[in-house]
Amino acid sequence: MIRADELSKHYGSLVAVDGISFQVQPGEVLGFLGPNGAGKSTTMRMFAGFVPPTSGSVEICGYSIEKQPTEAKRLIGYLPEGAPSYGEMTPRSFLHFIARIRGLSRRKTAERNEDVIDRLSLAPVLDQSIETLSKGFKRRVGIAQAILHDPPVLIMDEPTDGLDPNQKHEVRQLIQSMATDKIIVISTHILEEVDAVCNRAIIISQGRIVADETPATLLNRSRFHNAVTLKLDCKTDLDHITQQLQDLSGVEHIEVSDKTCTITAFPGPDASILKGISDLAAIKNWPIKQLKLESGRLDEVFRTITTADGAA
Amino acid sequence: MNTIKIIAARELRGYFATPLAYVFIVLFLALIGFLTFSLGGFYDRGQADLMPFFSFHPWLYLILIPAISMRLWAEERKSGSIELLMTLPVTMFEAVLGKFLAAWSFTAVALTLTFPIWITVNYLGEPDNGVIFAAYIGSLLMAGAFLAIGACISAANRNQVVAFIITIVICFIFLLSGFQPVLDFFSGWAPQPMIDAIASLSFLTHFNALSKGVLDLRDIVYFLLVIGAWLYANTIILDMKKAD
Repeated sequence: MIRADELSKHYGSLVAVDGISFQVQPGEVLGFLGPNGAGKSTTMRMFAGFVPPTSGSVEICGYSIEKQPTEAKRLIGYLPEGAPSYGEMTPRSFLHFIARIRGLSRRKTAERNEDVIDRLSLAPVLDQSIETLSKGFKRRVGIAQAILHDPPVLIMDEPTDGLDPNQKHEVRQLIQSMATDKIIVISTHILEEVDAVCNRAIIISQGRIVADETPATLLNRSRFHNAVTLKLDCKTDLDHITQQLQDLSGVEHIEVSDKTCTITAFPGPDASILKGISDLAAIKNWPIKQLKLESGRLDEVFRTITTADGAA
Repeated sequence: MNTIKIIAARELRGYFATPLAYVFIVLFLALIGFLTFSLGGFYDRGQADLMPFFSFHPWLYLILIPAISMRLWAEERKSGSIELLMTLPVTMFEAVLGKFLAAWSFTAVALTLTFPIWITVNYLGEPDNGVIFAAYIGSLLMAGAFLAIGACISAANRNQVVAFIITIVICFIFLLSGFQPVLDFFSGWAPQPMIDAIASLSFLTHFNALSKGVLDLRDIVYFLLVIGAWLYANTIILDMKKAD
């Protein structure tokens, strides 16, 4: 288990992280979300033992990161923001260095090396200097370094930043394959990623936790949750249809977009409107191109939560 | 201890991965050769010793050592790799000492490569090899002191050029405090104990003693203390500045 207790970080008069507390258990993949400058990286750096907290404490599987840093750091695999490494080294020598400093035995090193090189498809660039590698490979070398010692705690700051969609997919699969028995914390501002790999999401804004729930319950907060969107043939009379939808029970209000010829109907609290709308559409024979039940939009929830907090 | 060795080995390999190491060694050997034989009058003196060779070491180190030390921490901070290093199970002390020892070993390699001069003097005459050995030890210790200053300054600056210049200035002060003209400036009015104190702070005073073949424990301890103090300052500065 890793635990943050009333964790704060001040830089002069600037409060980067403002008294946050949470715990993460093995098996949890925690997505750390927040606008740029919200304190995501600072929090992760405090967990990894790079930045000392101004107040509060971090505990990694029973070890205090401040009082027993070496013991705690042994248990952590950490990918810093931007995946820095030693540019003049090759991935082969870099991973060898990490294995030695992590105290892996010769046999274990060979075994783990093979595993991470395979998992991150590093084989073609093993003997090229890291500074000449593409952004995607650099990032993967950083991830390889973090998981090399098979740590029980994995902290990664924007692990998929700079990767192409295929590589993103691979890294997400990698994270999921390790998720069962590890504590994994990733920060990201790609919201679909949270939905794809995390089973818990914490949103921080201005150094404070403003939401801590599963991605699914986060989606439920969206005003789009259970809304129904109709995409219609553009020749139809949208106003007429809007009128009829408004009279339907359960529909609270309606938004129309003339540009895309879509109508979105929002349900009242706990109302279900999908069946009513689809029945009505069938009876009236509306020229529907697409009918969609919205599960909610994370980006909208994210915006609402983080900007509402900003205004308060 | 093992961790220090691993860090030092990585660092040292890093020197030879870039042209820096080779440029440095060639430059060092060319300059020391030129100074010894032209300015130092190695042949004209007609004496079988290496005084002309060693007397230039402090001034050569003044320019060349900051060129090695400037990148020690400034580069780690600039590239962000310091975040990686400091989140590995490594203590600050191990990291500082490991990197310092790598730089020191590197200068030791450069110094060792001056051996043809030693062979030359042995071929030409019968020098006191004990004196030469002591002078080499003194030179290496002095190089270590320069490096420790440079490492500390490098930790305080993200910019290598700034680190280079500040290191030169500080090293220059440490050298000058034992330089005869500077001491003469004080000797007119300052009390003798103060002049002695200023002189005893200087690298020159202690290096000159060692290069004359006197392996005095006090001189050795002096250099080790200077190295220790600056490396200690290095860890403190690094702790304060690492995440800036």
